[in-house]
Amino acid sequence: MTTMSDPQQGSFRLSMLLNDTRYRSYTFQFIALILLIALMAFLGINLVRNLAEAGLNISYGFLNVPAGYDINQSLIDYNSQSSNLRAAMVGIINTLLVAFLACITATILGVIAGVARLSKNWLVSKLMSVYVEIFRNIPVLIWILMIYTLMTAVLPAPNQFRGDNATSSMLFDAFAFTNRGIYIPAPVWGPGSMIVVATFILSIVATIIYRRYAVSLLFRTGKLLPMGWPTIAILLVPSILMFFIMGSPIALDYPELKGFNFRGGLQIGAPLIALWLALSVYTGAFIAENVRAGIQAISKGQTEAASSLGLRPKRVMNLVVLPQALRVIIPPLISQYLNITKNSSLAIAVGYADITATLGGITLNQTGRAIECVLLLMLFYLTISLSISAIMNVYNNSVSLKER
Amino acid sequence: MSDTHAASVPYVRDTMLPQNAPPSTAQGPVKWVRESLFSSIPYTILTLAALYVIYLILSGFLPWLLGGVWTTSNIRECREVLDGAQAGCFSVLTERWNQLLFGIAYPQDGYWRPTAAFVLLFVAVAPVLFGNLPRWLILFTVLYPFIAFWLIWGGSLFVPLSALLAALIGYVIYSRIVKKSFAGAFFAGLLAGGVAWVVFSFITPQLSGVLALEPVASRNMGGFMLNMILGVICVSLSLPLGILLALGRQSSLPIIKLICVVFIEFIRGVPLITLLFVANVVLAYFLPPGTNFDLILRVIIMITMFASAYIAEVIRGGLAALPRGQYEAADSLGLDYAQAMRLIILPQALKISIPGIVNVAVGLFKDTTLVSIISMFDLVGMIRGPILASTDWNGVYWELWGFAALLFFVVCYGISQYSQWLERQLQTDHH
Repeated sequence: MTTMSDPQQGSFRLSMLLNDTRYRSYTFQFIALILLIALMAFLGINLVRNLAEAGLNISYGFLNVPAGYDINQSLIDYNSQSSNLRAAMVGIINTLLVAFLACITATILGVIAGVARLSKNWLVSKLMSVYVEIFRNIPVLIWILMIYTLMTAVLPAPNQFRGDNATSSMLFDAFAFTNRGIYIPAPVWGPGSMIVVATFILSIVATIIYRRYAVSLLFRTGKLLPMGWPTIAILLVPSILMFFIMGSPIALDYPELKGFNFRGGLQIGAPLIALWLALSVYTGAFIAENVRAGIQAISKGQTEAASSLGLRPKRVMNLVVLPQALRVIIPPLISQYLNITKNSSLAIAVGYADITATLGGITLNQTGRAIECVLLLMLFYLTISLSISAIMNVYNNSVSLKER
Repeated sequence: MSDTHAASVPYVRDTMLPQNAPPSTAQGPVKWVRESLFSSIPYTILTLAALYVIYLILSGFLPWLLGGVWTTSNIRECREVLDGAQAGCFSVLTERWNQLLFGIAYPQDGYWRPTAAFVLLFVAVAPVLFGNLPRWLILFTVLYPFIAFWLIWGGSLFVPLSALLAALIGYVIYSRIVKKSFAGAFFAGLLAGGVAWVVFSFITPQLSGVLALEPVASRNMGGFMLNMILGVICVSLSLPLGILLALGRQSSLPIIKLICVVFIEFIRGVPLITLLFVANVVLAYFLPPGTNFDLILRVIIMITMFASAYIAEVIRGGLAALPRGQYEAADSLGLDYAQAMRLIILPQALKISIPGIVNVAVGLFKDTTLVSIISMFDLVGMIRGPILASTDWNGVYWELWGFAALLFFVVCYGISQYSQWLERQLQTDHH
């Protein structure tokens, strides 16, 4: 005889919506949905009423109207008669430029500092701890403003480079550090220079192919081809030969002091330098911590096992420790890159024309289209963030330990 | 046998030799210096380079710091006193001390109020931070928000008192029902508190002059005080919100999960500065016409949302790191969802999440400087605006930025050191 009875069928009562776990989840979700819709409706109705009261509407026509302001640093053609959309494009390119530059330098700084922090040299590791703690614990905005002050208030004005008793001089006659920015030699692309560039790109491809071939040969036959000097030779020799065959088409345009300012060369404005350096040193400190944690996460047994197999210390690092450490390091590294991109929006504090300063700053103030501008701004950052995290997910899936 | 063997050799030592001391180069400080500073040629070069860097930094910094001037009233006097020497004009700090800490508009004779609130803050957080203090101190922590509000914003004592009373009523109702159903008790408590608050809000205006401090409007807050207010309020509000979002994201209810995921990913995908733009210029469009929110409140809402999304992700990590068995154990004990979360899952998940939460809190505190971009006068805003723009102190950069950096460093470094200490305290596994 069994005392169990089947669950009650078919007799649905209203109270089961609250007391029966099968239905209660629907009740809660329904309530949440209703609340959400109510909130949206509340905000939407308010928006419509406020816009009607102010005589405004939502429209993106302002994007085609001439912007009417100048941008001092732009990689694409732009003048004050260009449209607001063009100004936003300049901003996007400037954002990506500073983010890209800062990502590279922050990675280099961070890896050096992270490895140096684990150094057996007491002084170096302590110095790196001080670097990491100082830069991590002070807001990046303060760093940006400090470096900007350094660029504009401490570096000499261009006229101090002039005359016989000049108080400042150029570095190697090629680099000038002034309070209007840093001047560096600019490459001038003569006719035929594209062939040199193409040769160089082909050499890079050839290098990769050679290294792949050497590795596969090693795995198949155990024969070890030299890696170091052929790589350098394949990379450089054809390009250098082509450079002279084409008659030195690439020249350098050096900055020169003419009148009150430097002419020629490439001017990197103080805002860009300030933002770039500040983001690099600030994020570099975080990356250093990630790198250190990643290397420390590899258990000592791995190193010992590799050593007892007879691998030399460099191989232990390259073949055993680093591949495993990278799995730990790369996800936080990518989210640091994301932080750099988002923190580059602080450009507005030093007047670097990134997307926040153009679309969210001047365009917003001149046209009064607050909702549209902020919406587009958010959309841009959201696109970048979501695509980077999508890439990160793909990467994570490809390197994560496969558990079967 | 060893005896016979002993006879055949001329000499066998039958006592142990005492250990010799290691050579002087292999012990004590000399050994340490050799091993950790000069173990090989590259290391020696590194050490010398590091020493040179330290020398460069100190030789520039120490004379500037030690030779500084502290008592002049503007930059021209200061330069006269310095007479060309490379040293700091720290008199800007002494002369503008109150502006740096409290902003321009806070009433002068009321500076003791935020100061008192700041000191009491340590008393209030102490029982939360240190578990070995007497438990009744936590009562003061509960009272602290109301006291701090009264001290900083002023007005009648009855406003925070009625809020406290409303919260108390809500709590009593909650604790009556919580045995039966957590969700019911939670909402009933919330409702009762809200009703009480509305009822009291009819009474308090009549008592506006009683036990009143001079009221200070939010827009008059400034300086480092504003950073502290934003940091403390937003961190404490975003923690419960972040827990709710994390639970929502982990939940099995698809609609609630979707809402939480969209919210978290959206907030984490945009920079804080765009959210501050929303608070500054956009939010007003979404509120009923004529609503007059002050800016500081809008900023608090936005920063809280921002921080809660990040905290939610940290806690989600903690929830995911718990072994599946903990969830199953809670279920097999017959606990319902609220009980399982409150008694089993969250205490462990939160413990794992502490370092992450502290990182978010430190980051958030640093991010409060961003409000200077929407022209609020926090510490950075005060320095960039009224102080550096004044004719008295135009050009005194490093003293001011150094001071700001030092304040933030002390707070942030202190918090992260505490978190490391707490992690060691909470370590219950043995290894």
